[in-house]
Amino acid sequence: MTTLLAVRDLKVQYPGKGFRQPPSEVLHGVSLTIAAGETLGLVGESGSGKTTLGRAVLGLVETSGGSIEFNGQPIQDLSARYRRKLAKDIQVVFQDPYTSLNPALLVSDILSEPLLAQGRSRQDAAASVAGLLDRVGLPKDAGNRYAREFSGGQRQRVAIARALAIAPKLIVCDEAVSALDLVTQARVLDLLIEIQRETKVAYLFISHDLTVVRHISHRVAVMYRGDIVETGTARDVTTSPSNPYTQQLLLAAPVADPAEQTKRRHARIALRTS
Amino acid sequence: MSVLIPDSVENIRRPNVFRRLLGNPMAVGSMVLIAAVIVLGLLAPVLSPHSPNFSSLDAVNAPVGTPGYLLGGDSSGRDIFARLLASVNTAMLSAITGVAVALLIGIPFGLISGYAKPRTDSVFSWVFNLLMTFPALVLLIVAFPITGGSYVVMMAIFGFLFSPSIFRLVRNLVVAVKRELYIDAARVSGLSTARILRRHILPAVRGPIVITASFLAGVAIAVQAGLAFLGLGTNDVPSFGSMTADAFANLYVYPIQFLWPTIMLAILSGGFVLIGNGLRDALEDSSLAPTKALRPSNPEARHATARAPHGPAQTSEGPSPLLRIRNLRVSYPTTGGQMKQVVNGISLDLNAGGVLGLIGESGSGKTQTAFAVLGLLTQEARVEADEFTLDGHDLLSGDAGDLKRLRTSLLAYVPQEPMSNLAPSFTVGAQLVEGIRATKGGTKREARQLALDLLRRVGIVDPARTYRSYPHEISGGMAQRVLIAGAIAAGPRLLIADEPTTALDVTVQAEILDLLRNLQTDLSMSVLLVTHNFGVVADLCDEVAVMRSGEIVEAGSYRNLYRHAEHVYTKQLIGAILDEDTYRTDPVATSAYPDHSEGSVGR
Repeated sequence: MTTLLAVRDLKVQYPGKGFRQPPSEVLHGVSLTIAAGETLGLVGESGSGKTTLGRAVLGLVETSGGSIEFNGQPIQDLSARYRRKLAKDIQVVFQDPYTSLNPALLVSDILSEPLLAQGRSRQDAAASVAGLLDRVGLPKDAGNRYAREFSGGQRQRVAIARALAIAPKLIVCDEAVSALDLVTQARVLDLLIEIQRETKVAYLFISHDLTVVRHISHRVAVMYRGDIVETGTARDVTTSPSNPYTQQLLLAAPVADPAEQTKRRHARIALRTS
Repeated sequence: MSVLIPDSVENIRRPNVFRRLLGNPMAVGSMVLIAAVIVLGLLAPVLSPHSPNFSSLDAVNAPVGTPGYLLGGDSSGRDIFARLLASVNTAMLSAITGVAVALLIGIPFGLISGYAKPRTDSVFSWVFNLLMTFPALVLLIVAFPITGGSYVVMMAIFGFLFSPSIFRLVRNLVVAVKRELYIDAARVSGLSTARILRRHILPAVRGPIVITASFLAGVAIAVQAGLAFLGLGTNDVPSFGSMTADAFANLYVYPIQFLWPTIMLAILSGGFVLIGNGLRDALEDSSLAPTKALRPSNPEARHATARAPHGPAQTSEGPSPLLRIRNLRVSYPTTGGQMKQVVNGISLDLNAGGVLGLIGESGSGKTQTAFAVLGLLTQEARVEADEFTLDGHDLLSGDAGDLKRLRTSLLAYVPQEPMSNLAPSFTVGAQLVEGIRATKGGTKREARQLALDLLRRVGIVDPARTYRSYPHEISGGMAQRVLIAGAIAAGPRLLIADEPTTALDVTVQAEILDLLRNLQTDLSMSVLLVTHNFGVVADLCDEVAVMRSGEIVEAGSYRNLYRHAEHVYTKQLIGAILDEDTYRTDPVATSAYPDHSEGSVGR
């Protein structure tokens, strides 16, 4: 397996809030790798730094230490021009399908925009739109409508189609299914897995929901307060975690089976009091 | 996999801004008037027989209606009508120059400043703030020797001096839009900064710029007239200001000469301001306001239903449930004039001490049902039911004040977003005390003691400290504990919790669920839990009702329903739950594997 993305000892600081306030470090030296065609699940609670890590890979925040390598080339703190070239390899699907699509643009414009930015011709881009819509299971006439006319699940399909438009090698999915209803969530996850099998795209799948992460990830990394506390295969991390925090996280998530949930609750309370 | 289109397409179209502008009589009137005035100005050479500067001794102070002098002559024997039309052109030219210069400077710098790094932003903002402190009118007067009285040059300076207002507007709008995720998505898509500014940011800030430009046009016309009235500016070009000044000298002898330029000035300058107002209303009014006629005029009509009259409901069958709902319907008026039903006749019973989960996906009507019980629906909602009783009291009839007291004494509510339900400018303690005294009365001291006890009761380690804290100083989980403390203060019989843990982290969620379970047992409350999460139901609820499109499709003991769901929809929902023992086992898809590999999501 070839390593596609390698993050080594990555540090990110946010500037202090007030005048002359010291910056606060949100990532304290994080390392991870993603192979081509692989899904790495990144799980953690709010404030753990998982979204910041995703944004650093996307070039949306500045790093303050360590390195990010893509295909062996360092990509942290690239100039805007080189970063734009990288767009054809690294794409994103955000959590909120309501704000990640410009409400004033037609779906076909949203989908052709990344292609135009890569220097493709207008006709060429327009021709790709129908294929992309079909790829994510939206009707062909969806291109002539505004994103705001669609439901949450359909918008997220549009966002996935936009990410797929220029056939990237890595897609960062930041809580990509968290805002969706249960049934829609399961369908979008299946769609992502299916796309991965066909296109060999790799995912950095960021979520707070261990159940979702387990479903789509080959390997899982657990973040806690700016550090990765555990990494391993999806099976190991989500069934027999070694780190106490991961254990807590696993037991805290309620399950739908009432008998199983009662057992889990007792186990959690026992773990807490021990 | 054949991909279905599971979600219905919402087809809500709002009338566009221009349509809404046309619905505003004030704006339409102003636009028509201004358009008419502009046309008059453009047709000046055709309409007026004299050049505006041609003076004739015969026409000195000629009365209105003199042949060839429609509005008479002024003190120099010039045609007032001709001068009036020429002044319209001067005014419009002034407005266009002033606004154009302000926009040309303000918009680009505002876009750059809002979008660029903080350092660039501070420099630009500083420069424009400095510019803003210059007194525009005084500067224009001082600069008179330089401008040589040319209106175009003077208005260009005016535009320059007013560009900070455009700059600040654009910058602030851009700063707000910049944080939207679609801007990040555009950056990741590889769009250049110029393209992002043009395609994504400019359209979002366009509306407010148009409004401000309209106001600015009105101001520019007034300022130009003011300067000319003071005698600043060339005498060769007629303008409202110079006409007013001429007429002013004659005010006691021929007051009517004063009328024409002032009317025109008022129409133009006021008209632009009114159009600006109309535009602002049209842009801001994006709600789908229901037609007023639909709103029932008296409160009784809201509940006008054909149902058997009954007193305090006491049926023969066993102990009466705490909450009894039969055929509850909730509907709202739509813009089309019909009523749209969001809860379509549901029935449920909740016994004293029972915990009922109301589960469904977004838009299923679960929150509407809970809010109907709480009496929190908006005014235009129509609530109807065959039976709707709380502890034997009818919730649909009776005095509004009595109903409110009944609900306060029996019900408590825990919301989804704890933070937005605490007022940011008051301490936690002050808000608790206020709530306690409103429901239970008593002195401040007693209420404070009770509040501290309650905070301890909901598992807050240092109650005194939390009591003194402001909402922004406590975490989301802590805030939810505070709200629960407030909710149980009056010893409610029924606690209604609407997605109480959805906004919280899983580890915090588990603690809040523990707390709710303990409180429910200790205080023997009933709980109505609204949620979309089967795990939360499994943790807390004995009974469950599954909702879809405003109907309860299946209800019963959760243990039973989880194992033996009967309704297709319930089966579908439970089937969509991601299994606990399912994890991904198919190998990483590399090019070494053929397409559509055998791997699957297995158990």
